[in-house]
Amino acid sequence: MTRNDMEKRANDRINIDHTWYTTRISARHAARKPYAPADPGLISSFIPGTVVEVMVSVGDTVQEGDDILILDAMKMKNRLKSHIAGRVTAVNVKPGDRVTKGAVLAVVEC
Amino acid sequence: MALEKKIRELKEKREKMLLGGGEEAIGKQKAMGKNTARERILAILDDGSFSEYDMFVEHDARDFGMDKKHLPSDGVVIGTGTVSGNPVAIFAQDFTVAGGSLGLMHSRKITKIMDHALKMRIPLIGINDSGGARIQEGVNSLAGYGEIFFRNTISSGVIPQISVILGPCAGGAVYSPALTDFVFVVDNISKMFITGPEVIKTVLGEEISMEALGGARVHCETSGNAHFFSVSEDECFSQIKKLISFLPRNNEVRAEVVETVPPDSSYDIEKIVPGDPTLPYDVREVIRAVVDGSDFFEIQEMYARNMVIGFGRLGGRTVGFVANQPLEMAGVLDVDSSDKAARFIRYCDAFSIPIITFVDLPGYLPGIDQEHAGVIRHGAKVLYSYSEATVPKLTVILRKAYGGGYIAMGSRHLRADFVFAWPTAEIAVMGPEGAANIIFRKEITSASDPDEVRRQKVDEYKEKFANPYVAASRGYVDSVIEPTETRRLLLHGLEVSSGKHVQMPFKKHGIPPF
Repeated sequence: MTRNDMEKRANDRINIDHTWYTTRISARHAARKPYAPADPGLISSFIPGTVVEVMVSVGDTVQEGDDILILDAMKMKNRLKSHIAGRVTAVNVKPGDRVTKGAVLAVVEC
Repeated sequence: MALEKKIRELKEKREKMLLGGGEEAIGKQKAMGKNTARERILAILDDGSFSEYDMFVEHDARDFGMDKKHLPSDGVVIGTGTVSGNPVAIFAQDFTVAGGSLGLMHSRKITKIMDHALKMRIPLIGINDSGGARIQEGVNSLAGYGEIFFRNTISSGVIPQISVILGPCAGGAVYSPALTDFVFVVDNISKMFITGPEVIKTVLGEEISMEALGGARVHCETSGNAHFFSVSEDECFSQIKKLISFLPRNNEVRAEVVETVPPDSSYDIEKIVPGDPTLPYDVREVIRAVVDGSDFFEIQEMYARNMVIGFGRLGGRTVGFVANQPLEMAGVLDVDSSDKAARFIRYCDAFSIPIITFVDLPGYLPGIDQEHAGVIRHGAKVLYSYSEATVPKLTVILRKAYGGGYIAMGSRHLRADFVFAWPTAEIAVMGPEGAANIIFRKEITSASDPDEVRRQKVDEYKEKFANPYVAASRGYVDSVIEPTETRRLLLHGLEVSSGKHVQMPFKKHGIPPF
């Protein structure tokens, strides 16, 4: 790539300390994930795996720390527990389901 | 007569070994666009300089039918030779022999040449092309890797260590290259990963190709594990030779001094940097306008491009350049660019290579992702490496040097030997807009025309602080210079600091923020 080509492509803008700079935004910066605060009511897979057992049904009342389901991943059976006390409003998986990382498996609402 | 016969016998034995895994396996290797192990060594070394050792080494494994398997040279070629007349030690794994798999004797050959390299204080080049551990040899194979990693670590900072990935390099095997100084990769040939696509698919259910997981491009652009990218083995070999030309043989001698070649006169140093500090330019043009023969050898060109690092020569002597790149991300310091610069500074310091820093940055990259990725710890590496470096450190502030970025980029406060600033330099706690917004917040918000007042205050601040003279008045900048004086002053600064001697307090080693 010649110098002129590179400078021609440098037509993005970025703000650092209240000043706009003309530059090129890196692919990594452009692709960064927006931050989302954790929702304590969501029971998500922290790792991809297979659901072995689901201990709750929609409508059940659970306490903080109660088991919700067992996720088999990396040769470990992981107990996923409720972060809050409340009522189960959704169960999105059944035993045998394979889930990706970050999937919402169940929902508990206060 | 008996002697002739014995010599003929030796020749026949050698010929057999030189064929490695045989014609068929060599054919397969060629079909992948790959050279054989010995061809690679010969391509890197000076003609006729290669001396091979341990050609007749063989394994004595017995289990799983290994007792019936004959593996020529046990799948690795070792020896010594010269590159442009400088001695080097070299090994190359031979993929045509049992997939270049690493067994006990294979690893003993590698550690033998590594021991030689360290004892003789000469650079080590390792060519990796191996399917991994030789499973049939069990824990002996693991022991072999461990012995290699140990030697990589002990040799680190004593002799230059270069890794060339010319095939698969997977699992534990990747840690030898990772422990060395420079990693060379070739598009479509190099593959590096800890766990391969198959395991990832089985365990995690995620599908990815080998190339997308650990190909040459990925390691040059994304992971930062590799330093030099090329599209063919030949291009890779010339890069290796060029790199070696800049390096000293070990940490007790200096790199070879070559004849001084002035920079290409077509570079007009006064025309490269725009006066407006918010506009981009390619900082490599400034380096080329200053360096001998305008020959700048960039390292990690595709990774964290907001920081430029590489070798060049000033007055015939090797120097390392560290420069913010306004063309990419406005030249900010962030997690990756800090890592990149800090490691290079430590490399230069370990091998007595003076560091030339060109500064033009607005500060650190703001962002939740940066904070959560540990920009504090990674940014600290730059401070650490500049502070601990005792080689000559010469800094030129081209334009912006704001806030923490000013301190980090080879400032006087981290013991730069000479700090020069161009008249375009703005050395301040932050950019005029940011500073005016904070200092004059009340005046601006209470004004009937806030925008007008803000503009006035920004101009006021610019006038007073956005220049090199405040820093110069405190002696933080030694001299405000014309751009055209840069090369002469750098050459002079290097001359003056050629006998630099700094006594550091005794320590076993520091605790850098890894």
